[in-house]
This record gives sequence, structure tokens and C-alpha cells, in this order.
Amino acid sequence: MKSRNHRLAIIGAALVALAMVALPQQSSAADNAPVAIKIDNFSFGPQTVTVPVGTQVIWTNQDDIPHTVVSDDKTTIKSKVLDTDEKFTFTFTKAGTYSYFCSIHPKMTGHVVVQ
Amino acid sequence: MTQKVKDEILHDHQNDGIDRRGFLRCMAWAGTGALCVLEGGVLKSYALGRGGDMPDKIHKGELAFVQISDSHMGFDKPANTDVIGTFKAAIDKINALPVAPEFILHTGDISHLAKPAEFDNVEQLLKSVKTPDIFYVPGEHDFVGDEGKQYLERFGKASKGSGWYSFDKNGVHFVGLVNVANLKAGGLGSLGHEQLEWLEDDVKHLKSSTPIVVFAHIPLWTVYPDWGWGTEDSAQALGYLKRFGSVTVLNGHIHQTMQKVEGNVTFHTACSTAFPQPKPGAAPSPGPMKVPAEQLRSLLGVTDVHYKKGDHALAITDSTLG
Repeated sequence: MKSRNHRLAIIGAALVALAMVALPQQSSAADNAPVAIKIDNFSFGPQTVTVPVGTQVIWTNQDDIPHTVVSDDKTTIKSKVLDTDEKFTFTFTKAGTYSYFCSIHPKMTGHVVVQ
Repeated sequence: MTQKVKDEILHDHQNDGIDRRGFLRCMAWAGTGALCVLEGGVLKSYALGRGGDMPDKIHKGELAFVQISDSHMGFDKPANTDVIGTFKAAIDKINALPVAPEFILHTGDISHLAKPAEFDNVEQLLKSVKTPDIFYVPGEHDFVGDEGKQYLERFGKASKGSGWYSFDKNGVHFVGLVNVANLKAGGLGSLGHEQLEWLEDDVKHLKSSTPIVVFAHIPLWTVYPDWGWGTEDSAQALGYLKRFGSVTVLNGHIHQTMQKVEGNVTFHTACSTAFPQPKPGAAPSPGPMKVPAEQLRSLLGVTDVHYKKGDHALAITDSTLG
């Protein structure tokens, strides 16, 4: 019957639509926006940042002297030497507090708190 | 003709006062050099103008050497876009000294980024110095990226650990120390347990009358801790040297001359041949200090050191490149 077919078609379309909605979506490349830390005047700015798990942090050296980004344990985070305008990126996949410093000028310290 | 030069205290955090009767502090400043010579137990200073003659107190056969520091080969930022040129000027200055030095001490930051070409350049340029012997200690820039592997391959053959060693010349005992290895977060320069044990042993059998010269990159006294200008465990090192009648400590790192006397120990830091840095606390950070082009060479320099057997202290002269 025409009305029953029509109803079936609508239900069918609805089911398809529902199925499409229910499919797991591709998560966007950055659920959390990258966080920038500026290196300048022998300091990391901001000195402490708090970010969600999965955040990509980008350090940019804007000082006229080279610096590095090295975690206190010297293994977890270890950038190569960054000359002026060079960047270092690290994605924090585990929660915790990451203390780091510049291995050339150890008085320069910073912290990334990952929650 | 010699002119008496004003004795001036550039910086004295500890407010020592005069430690021994007649023992004066002798400071050097930009523009001209000053020669300090011990005569009959009294330190006298003489101005050393460009082209002027050294007093005839320095005789052939006495020990003369030069300290240079912080060449930062590879640096190319506005504070000095020609570190090769200023290094060559330093070499010309050394070659023009009235008494040729027997050797050169380079107190570190030879390179700017520890790149092979940077080390090569410095070694190549130093070939034009009349003296063939160069002794090095590393700065933190020389240890960048490889914890000093390259530095040690090039300059550390006769050394131990991270590059420490000693040698004797004309009755003076020289000790090269490394305080830029294994730096810890938030810390200052550091000598470390192994090196300190070696030092204790190294000087143990020397007569107390042996003059000692210690050279290391970061100052072995606390110049300005906020900027990392000091060495955490230097007190222990100086403890092993306490009994000696004459100890001279030559450092670099701070890119300006500074001198301090504490008992029998004279501390001295040299100028850089690459770029000046601000006085402690005079700027937000200890980075390269830009100055008008015509002033740059007056803030860079070399240090001439003389020893005469029987003298209490070594005579230290700082002279600028322009």
C-alpha cells in the first residue's frame, strides 16, 4: 500500500540518518589548541602553563642567544639547541607536572602542568 | 715614564677590606690597560697606554701568558656581526705585546653552538698567534648538543672526566677545571664530586710556596647568582688551595673584567672577544649587550699575565681591542 511504503521509506531514511550520526567521528587534529611559550630575555614565558592532556606545546626562541628545553630528568623532554627564531614542539600525552630548564643556562626554568 | 693609576673597586659583594698590610686591589677598566706589579710586597699599578712600554720589571725568562675568553665563534646577532674580525683583532693585540706570551689560556665558550666549523675556525685563526701552545677549558656553549663529545675529541686528549687537567710551567702549577658539565635545573656552575677529588689529590704534594693558577669558564666566586654567575661547589675547591701562598683564579663567562681579592686568592674574569654583557643587575638578563659600533671594541679584550719568581701575586693586565 502506498501509505505504508511511504512510512517505511521515512523510517528507513531516519534509520540511515541515525546510523550516520552514530558512526564514530574522526576527531579533529587539535581538540586542544596548541599552546605557545616564548623564550626571551633568559626566561620562559609564561613560566608555568596548565594544559589538558593531548596538548601540543610550542616553544619559540625569540632571544638573541641559543637556549634548550630539557626536562629536569634530562630524558623526557630534550630539545636540540634552538637558535633565534627556532622552535621546539612537544605533545603532552600523559597527565602530570613537567618541570624543565635550559641546559645551557640552568637558571632558566619552567613548568607544564598537564591535567 | 709611569703614571700612578687610581685604584678602584669595580665590584666587591663581600666587602673584604685590605687583607694584608700593603696589599692593594688593582682594577682594570675599559679604554686602557693597567699593569699591576708586586714590588717589595706592595702592589703598584701602572697605566698601559696604547704603544706604551711595560715597566722593566718584566724580564726575559719570567713567565708570561695570555688569557682570552668567550670567542663565541658562530655568533652573528646585532651585538657583533663580525666575531671573526674581533677575534683577529685580539690575536693582533697578543702578537703586539712587548713580551711574547709563552702560551694562551682560553677560558671557554670557544664556539657559540658547538658546531665543528666553529671549533675549526678558532683553531685555524689561532695559528696566526706567535705562540703555538693553547690550553682550553670549555664553556657551556661548547657542550651544547653532545655533552662535550666534540670538545673533548678536539681539546681534551690529556684531560680527565669532562676535561679537567693540570700542568706546570716555570714553577707555576696550572689547573684547568670544568664547571659547565651536568648542569642542574635552577643551578649555578658545578665542579662535581669526581673532579673535586681529583683536585684535592692533584695539589696534595705541592709545596705551599708553589704559585697556583686555576682557570675555569664560569666564575669560581659568586658574582651574581640570579644570572647563574657562580659555581655551587667552588668553596670546596678553594678549600684545597687555602694553604698556598699565591692562588690566581682566571675565569670568563660574564664578558666583562672583574677582580676580587680574598686572602691569598686573586679572582679575575676576562672580557669576551665577541660581545659584552651588562653589569650584574643592570639589565633584565645577561644577554649580549648592544652598544654603538664605535664602542664595541672598547668593551672586548685580552688579558696578559706575568709571573716573576719570588713575587707573591701574578701581575694581571687587561687591555681592550680598541
